[in-house]
This record gives sequence, C-alpha cells and structure tokens, in this order.
Amino acid sequence: MLLVVEQFLNGLQFGLLLFLLAAGLTLVFGIMDLVNLAHGSLYMMGAYFAATFAAWTGSFLLGALLALGATLVLGIVLEMSALRHLYGRDHLDHVLATFGLILFFNEAVRLIWGPAGLALPLPAWLTVPVPILPGIHYPAYRLAIIVVALLVALLLYLGVMRTRVGMLIRAGASNREMIGALGINIKLLYTLVFGLGAALAGLAGMMQAPILTVQIGMGENILILAFVIIVIGGIGSIRGAFLAAIFVGMIDTLGRAFLPNLLRQVLSGAAASTAAPALSSMLIYLLMAIVLVVRPEGLFPAHRR
Amino acid sequence: MKAFSVSKAVTALMLAGLVLLPLYSYLSGNVFILTLFTRIVILALAAASLNLIMGFGGMMSFGHAAYLGIGGYAVGMLAQEGVGSGFIQFPVALAASAIYALVIGALSLRTRGVYFIMITLAFAQMAYYVASGLARYGGDDGLTVYKRSDFSGLINLSNRTQFYYLCLACLFGVIFLIWRIVNSRFGLVVQGLRSNEQRMQAIGFPAKRYQLVCFVISGTMCGLAGALLANNTDFVSPAVMYWTRSGDLMVMVILGGMGTLFGPVIGAVVYLLLEEFLSQITEYWALIMGPLLLLIVLFGRGGIMGLLGRLNRG
Repeated sequence: MLLVVEQFLNGLQFGLLLFLLAAGLTLVFGIMDLVNLAHGSLYMMGAYFAATFAAWTGSFLLGALLALGATLVLGIVLEMSALRHLYGRDHLDHVLATFGLILFFNEAVRLIWGPAGLALPLPAWLTVPVPILPGIHYPAYRLAIIVVALLVALLLYLGVMRTRVGMLIRAGASNREMIGALGINIKLLYTLVFGLGAALAGLAGMMQAPILTVQIGMGENILILAFVIIVIGGIGSIRGAFLAAIFVGMIDTLGRAFLPNLLRQVLSGAAASTAAPALSSMLIYLLMAIVLVVRPEGLFPAHRR
Repeated sequence: MKAFSVSKAVTALMLAGLVLLPLYSYLSGNVFILTLFTRIVILALAAASLNLIMGFGGMMSFGHAAYLGIGGYAVGMLAQEGVGSGFIQFPVALAASAIYALVIGALSLRTRGVYFIMITLAFAQMAYYVASGLARYGGDDGLTVYKRSDFSGLINLSNRTQFYYLCLACLFGVIFLIWRIVNSRFGLVVQGLRSNEQRMQAIGFPAKRYQLVCFVISGTMCGLAGALLANNTDFVSPAVMYWTRSGDLMVMVILGGMGTLFGPVIGAVVYLLLEEFLSQITEYWALIMGPLLLLIVLFGRGGIMGLLGRLNRG
C-alpha cells in the first residue's frame, strides 16, 4: 500500500515535470511552427544555472529565481540571434539547425562547468518527509514539485485562455498573417512565446536538478519523452500535453516499479529480471504505437487551420 | 549538353580518391588514414541509405541510426553465440533490419510531416533502451566482437585493405542500386508521392505501400552499414543507436546535398573529416561544429552539391 501510493505520487510528479517541458515545446511548435530540438538544452541550462546561482547566493530559492530569469533571457537571446531566421522554413531545417545548437550547448557547458556533473543540494526545510496519509510520508521536495507544476499549469491555462496576450497567442497560432495585419507586433510576440517556452524548460530542469545530478546531455533523454507526449497528446495542444504527460509519467514510473514483480509471476526469475528493464523502458513507446494506430493525430489534437 | 560540370568533376575526383586511398596509405605509411576512411565509407553508406527515403522519398526519418545498431547487434550476438560465418551473420543483419523497418515504417507512415520525424526518433530511442537492457549482451557497456565475420577465406576482414575495399564495394553497390531504384517506375512513383501525394493517390497508386517498400529497402541498406561498422570497431553498443547519431546521418545528407546520388558520400567525407580536423585543433570542436551547422542551414541551400551546381552556372 505504502509503495503503491508512493509510486503513484512519483509518477504524478514525473508526469507534471514532463508537462512543463512538453508545454514549452508544443507552445513553440503550435504558434511559431518551429521544431526546437534544443529545448532539452534549455532544460539542461536551467539546471546548471540553478546549481551555480544557488552556490553563489547560498540560497536555494534565490538561486532558482535567478536561474529562471537567466533561462528566460537565454531563450530570448537565442530566438533573436538564431531561431527567428528559421520561421517559415522547412521542418527539416529546424531539426538540423537546432541539432547544431545541441552540439553547441553541450560543448559550451563542458567548457564552462567542466565534464563532471554538478550537485544542487536541497535546503533542510525541503528534505523533511511530510505525512500525507496516516502512516504514509512523502518527501517534501517532491511534493513541492507537484504543487509548483500544478500552479504553473493553472497559470498557463489562465494566461492563454483569459488574458489579452493569451488571446493574441491563440490568434497567432491560427492565423499569423492576420494578426500581423491587425497591427500586432508579431516579432515581439514570438520572442515572448519562445522566452516563455524556454523558462518552462528551465523550470523543469532546475526542479529536477536536486533529484538527479546536473550533467551534460541531461536534456536529451527527457526531450524524447517530451516528444512522445506531444505525439500522444496531439501537436500544439496544451491540454493534450498535460493529460499525456501525466499518463506517460505514471506508466513509466509504475512500469519500472511493478513490472519486474508482475513478470516474475509468469516467467522464471532469470527470464523476468532480463526482460523487465528492457520491457519497462519500451512501455511508453508501445503506448505511443497503440495511440498512433488508433489516432494518428494524437488523442487531443489542436484545431487545425 | 554540358561539356563540363563542376559537380561531376568533384564527384569523380572524390571517387577516384576513395579507390586509390589504400595505395596512398601504403606509400606514405599512414595507417591511420585507412582506418579513418573505412569508418567514413561505412557511414557514407548509411547516409546514402537515408538519402533514398529522405531525399527521393521525402520521408524524414530521424531514427536511422537504429539500423546501424540492429545490423551491428546481429553480428555481435551471433559471434557471441559462436556463429562466426559472415554468410549467416550478414543475411541475418539485413533481415533483422528489414523486419524492424517494416514494423516501424508501417506504424510511422500512418503519420506525416513533423509527426513522422518525431515518431521515427522515438522508436529508435526505444531500440536504444532495449539494447541497454540486454544484460546478456553487455547492456549499457556494449558488446565486444572478438572475431570478425568469417567469409571462408574469400575476404579477410582483419586485413585493413581488404576490409576497406569490401566496404567501398558495398557503398558503390548500394549507390548503384539507389540509382536503379530512383530511375525505375517504382522510384518515379515514390518521387511523385514526395511532390504530391494526393494526386498520386487519385491516379490510383497505393501511396503508403510504395513508401513502405522504399522505407524497408533503405533500412535494410543501413543494416548492412551496421554489420560493417560492428566489424570495423570490433564492438557494438547502444550508443550506436543514440538519437544524436541519427542526427549526424541527417547532417551528412543535407550537407552533401539531399536527393543527389553522390551528395551523401560527399557530405559524410566532409562532415567526418571536419570533425577529425576540428577535434585536432581543439578539444571543444563541437563548439565550432554546432554554429557551423546552423550557418549551413541558414545560407547553404542544397548542400555542397547545390553549391557546386551554382558554381557551374557561373
């Protein structure tokens, strides 16, 4: 029981983290039609910034805030210097150019921070176990991730659906020429959206940093998961990304936790322990394959023009 | 009729260089260059196979490195289990790649555009994780191939020169095959699908079936490159399938010139030599390579072949 609740919460936490990443990716794709492979690099930069600023200031929270700002600025600089020249080009061009950016970021991090990873230690008040049910404790930090991510999801929803900028963003997604013609500064709007996506990726990176080590290439594995989520949820759909992210987070976490035991019921011990790791890492791809067979456009496709 | 074409001249020079390379290596005593170019030729073969679906078929597969791994693991696993004959290893490698391509292609071709890019990418990552989980075959650490494929004395893969020429022969064979395919009725249909799928379907061609066959042929060719690669490094690991490797292959195709017969070969030679050259200047070579790619995308349309073509026109 204890294990089930704990793994369930772990799945939720991982899923919400994936949502932050997938939301930025799908926002940028849905509005600017830009495939940004370097999104994972922004996630990595968020983690490195957080570890560095936290060490400088001596405060975890201050470090996190500074890192958030730094990732936002980095995203804006990146958009203005390189990516804005790619709008309207072939998707393949996006893939290649941002692939080049990944090489660049990984190497820049190696140059600045060295090849060894960094650690981002948690402050004492975030390491205490919190009682959530009678007799069941859950780490405060993981709980904090769940709360922050839910809050961001809510803000994102309200921001996109209820504010004037959100209205422009939605309008830009459905017809870019028209909102340009209406006198909206679409260049600025795109830069802001990209900065927002970068900040979301940075937030995910810095929140994950205390759990895993901060290391080169950390964004690449998780970027693929974000892709899977977008494919399952439907490209350009924030709602789809949210639901698919939680689904994928759950399946991945629960699969890793319980599949070995489940397999041991059917297979011999040796066969089960061989098959379980491979099978549990395949699980979400199998899920994606099934979704594709049933609905090639994803489960919750955004309205296409 | 053109009397002289720069791109043709460059291509001919490069091919002549590739054929004569072992002679240069022998005369100069530079063994390293032969090892380097064996790897380049094998990856050029992989890039050429990707170009078949990407350049001619318009299918942007971002998971092509998976076939490198599958071909390699077929050789490695069979060697581990005591089956050393290349006459068994290579057909198994090709068949395994073909089957994987058939399944992945059938699923991925249900989608198009950027979905297709992401799905092929994700499925290749799946292959990567599966290989990482194969504890019996080295898992994360990879699998050492203690003995190269044995072709009953016909070709000795441990002999550098013979192995190089085998790889080069495979590359030329594959390019010849691609040339035949592209100019066949089948190839014309696939190219027609690239430019207007709806129209081709309206004429009555079963679009997906043509694309799937092309996808499988391409994957099988890349599996051959994988089997050669495992023999070249005497080692195969999940890293061969990592998605950045697929990105490398894509870069080679684009850099050389997508949809041209010899473009991917030129792209592979230039990209890998550049990598070699930059890594000799600085440890942080990717710091230069990354922005260079960005610049090539922004300004170098049509790749090197396109550039040579423009030179020709004056």
